[in-house]
This record gives sequence, C-alpha cells and structure tokens, in this order.
Amino acid sequence: MSAEPARYACGAPVRIRDLDKPGHVRTPFYVRNKTGVIEQVCGDFENPEERAYGRVGGARIPLYRVRFLQRDLWEDYAGPPQDTLVIEIYSHWLQPASGTGDVP
Amino acid sequence: MSAHDHDHDHDHDHDHDHDHDHAHDHGHAPHPTREDDDVALSPGEAKFLALKGMLVEAGLLTGDEIMRRLEINDRGSPHQGARMVARAWVDPDFKARMMEDPKSAARELDIAVTEAKLTVIENTLQTHNLVVCTLCSCYPRSLLGEPPAWYVSKAYRSRAVREPRKVLREFGLDFPETVEVRVHDSNADLRYMIMPLRPPGTEGLGEAELAALISRDCLVGAALPGTPA
Repeated sequence: MSAEPARYACGAPVRIRDLDKPGHVRTPFYVRNKTGVIEQVCGDFENPEERAYGRVGGARIPLYRVRFLQRDLWEDYAGPPQDTLVIEIYSHWLQPASGTGDVP
Repeated sequence: MSAHDHDHDHDHDHDHDHDHDHAHDHGHAPHPTREDDDVALSPGEAKFLALKGMLVEAGLLTGDEIMRRLEINDRGSPHQGARMVARAWVDPDFKARMMEDPKSAARELDIAVTEAKLTVIENTLQTHNLVVCTLCSCYPRSLLGEPPAWYVSKAYRSRAVREPRKVLREFGLDFPETVEVRVHDSNADLRYMIMPLRPPGTEGLGEAELAALISRDCLVGAALPGTPA
C-alpha cells in the first residue's frame, strides 16, 4: 500500500470495491459493489494478499467488520428485512458511501 | 519475533486448512493425514502429504514445527469454549472481560488461545448469530479444536450466507420473524465464538453442570444449549 489508508468510524456507510484482483484475496464476490456500514474497527493487520506469497513483515492495514442487510446482498433473500450479515474487509476494498441503501 | 507475530503466523496456517479439509470430508481421524496413517488416501490427502514433504525438504518448515502446531490443535476442544461461556453465565465481571478481551479471559481459565484475534459474539433474545467461513475453513482451532465436517463443507459455506434460516431449520432451529438472524463471515483475521443464551431452568446449576449443556455446535450458532435432565 503506497498512500496512508483511509480510516472509517463505526457506523460509517461504505461500499465494497471490486478490485478485480487475482490471487489470495479475502473479499468474496457476494459483497462486492454492495453497501453496508462499519460494524467494528478491528485494528491493523498485515495484508494477506501479500503474506500469501511469502511477503511477510509488510505494512499493517486497517481491517473492518462491515454489516449488511441481507436483502441488500441478495435480491430474493427469503428471511425478514432485519436479517444481517457481518464480514471482515480490509481498508483498500472500501470506499465511502453516501448513506445506506444506495445500492445501484 | 514478537509474541504477536508468533500468534499471527500460527493463525495464518488456518487460512490454508482447506488444503487438507479432505481428511474430514472422508470421515477419517480428525487430524490432517499423516504419512503412517493406515488409510487409503484421497487425491487431496496425497497432495497434502506431498506438499508437506516438499516444504520440509525445502527447509521452509520443520517436522517439529508441524507437530507443535498439531499439538495445539489437539489441545483445542469445544469443552474449553463451553467452560468460558459457563463462567460468563455465572460471573458478569468475567463476562465483561471476555467480551472485551476474550484471549486474556481464556487465560484466566488456563486456556491458551493462539489465534491472532478472538471475538465473542453474544446471542440475545433479539439476535441469533451464526458463524461461517465462506472462503475456506477459518475457525478458532486452538480454543475449540478441529471444526465439524459440515462447517468446512462447500454446501454449508455457500448456503449459510445465502439462506441462513433454511440452514438453521435443518439444524432444528426455527426462529420467529421478529428475531434478527445475523451471519458472521469469518473470512479474514478474526476468529469467532458464539456465546449462547443461558437456558431457562438452569438457575441452580454450577459451572461444570452448565458447561455440560453447551455443545460444540452451540459455539458456532448452529445449536442451542440443552436443558438439564
């Protein structure tokens, strides 16, 4: 990571980027381009996308837990509207969103 | 190497456990295949043993390091998690410490958690929590031991995020529409344990009796504690 990573506060709306990056990435496809909110700021961790290839000891980057409404992840979600999912996302996969529910 | 790095290195091993999940899929002993196991190898297990041999030969890992890691996993057991939950049920101060810093709370009970970061998620009357690792098989092995075979299955990993209520019903849990079902994808650096609700009618029980009500699946969110006989 070259620039200082962006920091997000708990409750901030974020959108998951689709970096279209090959290799050992930890952001599954089902959350890409989806909008949620920061559930927890987890601290800084080494980037697994580097560590997986033996590049250990690199810069630590912020890791967040992001919360989504299930109905924002799956158009035909079968459960009630309050059901949620929380997933860990590294900062470079995040971008600020204007608010919740602005999924295209 | 700092203590944290040490933990982290171990923790990272878990991200690669999908390389030998096959051992579980085939119903063999709950540890990665060893060279002298008297069982027919699946292609995945044969690949695992070959890779292990290459890593040792290349000097990237020693046989001793692999054995020490396996010993940590063997020490892990659902009973350790159950002891933590039972203590938290009877001791609100311990519960507060456990929610804040689960690893140091575990040390109070002589439980060594080597994962980089452990998080305890509490079920409430309003929210039921379920853990899955969609990308591989991340699981707090040093605390709870090897995960159940269904946890590492592709079916569970894909369905738990997509149709959690249907999956929970197959486990015998049917939550009303007023309860929020919250799925936690354990996809990166954190590891999770669910703290179930204390069942009614257990007020008179001691810690050991309470711990006996808490099964492994309770600690993943796929079951509820039993009620005393």
